Amino acid sequence: MADPIHQFEIVNLVPLGKIGSTELYFTNSALFMIVAVGLTALLMLGATAGRQLVPGRLQSAAEVTYEFVENMIRSSAGEEGMRFFPLVFSLFMFILIANVVGLIPYTFTVTSHIVVTASLALIVFFTVLIYGFWKHGVGFLRLFVPHGVPIYILPFVAMIEVLSFLSRPVSHSVRLFANMLAGHITLKVFASFVGGLGGLGVLGWIGASLPLVLVVALTALELLVAFLQAYVFTLLTCIYLNDALHPGH
Amino acid sequence: MDPTAAKFLGAGIACIGMGGAGIGVANIFGSYLAAALRNPSAAQGQFGNLIFGFAVTEALGIFSLLIALLLLFAV
Repeated sequence: MADPIHQFEIVNLVPLGKIGSTELYFTNSALFMIVAVGLTALLMLGATAGRQLVPGRLQSAAEVTYEFVENMIRSSAGEEGMRFFPLVFSLFMFILIANVVGLIPYTFTVTSHIVVTASLALIVFFTVLIYGFWKHGVGFLRLFVPHGVPIYILPFVAMIEVLSFLSRPVSHSVRLFANMLAGHITLKVFASFVGGLGGLGVLGWIGASLPLVLVVALTALELLVAFLQAYVFTLLTCIYLNDALHPGH
Repeated sequence: MDPTAAKFLGAGIACIGMGGAGIGVANIFGSYLAAALRNPSAAQGQFGNLIFGFAVTEALGIFSLLIALLLLFAV
């Protein structure tokens, strides 16, 4: 039976040289990141190349995604959140396209590696931290001191707030990573049932039809998860950015 | 006990915590659906809150998964 973890293997494609004792390679992960960025650029550039008042299909798709992200920012981070639109939109498109491309058989899912999602989450974390301190100075620390809490439990509440702030990048990155990893392993396990049962002969083919139907259903579910996780990641980014913009509770 | 066996047992036990997150997420979506059926016109405006509550609740399940993954691959 095929190993369900095999799909996450990093393959070195092109050697790029050495830095110190670390060898650098152009890997399949890097390739599919470039594919995700390329598809996003193709969609947005292709859609805006021949702009029309009444949008065609491609332009509609681009406009819908733009307005979707715009609504998300305006409703959760307010009007000032729009200055982070490029960051939020890039994150959303990159994660969405990477997730969806990863669903195609024999491709590589970039977001199923913790190093990628942790990098994305740390970008958001440090953006919030640096922008918060740059904009509000020490006032940013009001974030950890909720308004209207009795003074004798305030130290404990502040400690919990600090702890929850520090655990944000962990949950932010592991959520996306774990969802993609678990979903893809489930898919491959059920797919290996199809192969295993199908090899048993005619009776096995009848048995194999059940996991085959399940694989199709699970792929549909994974398509939903791919979108939902991109949405959740972006929404949480907006909510964290809201803390940087308006630190008072 | 064999340390490797204890490691795998610990990872399995850590995953029990995800059941709590499952109850929490089910509670959020169930409550949302119940409220949305009572007042469908207000449901659309609460979708962001729904997803935010889902994400925050799910984070706790993710922490238990993290413990399991750490036990399996990092310890």
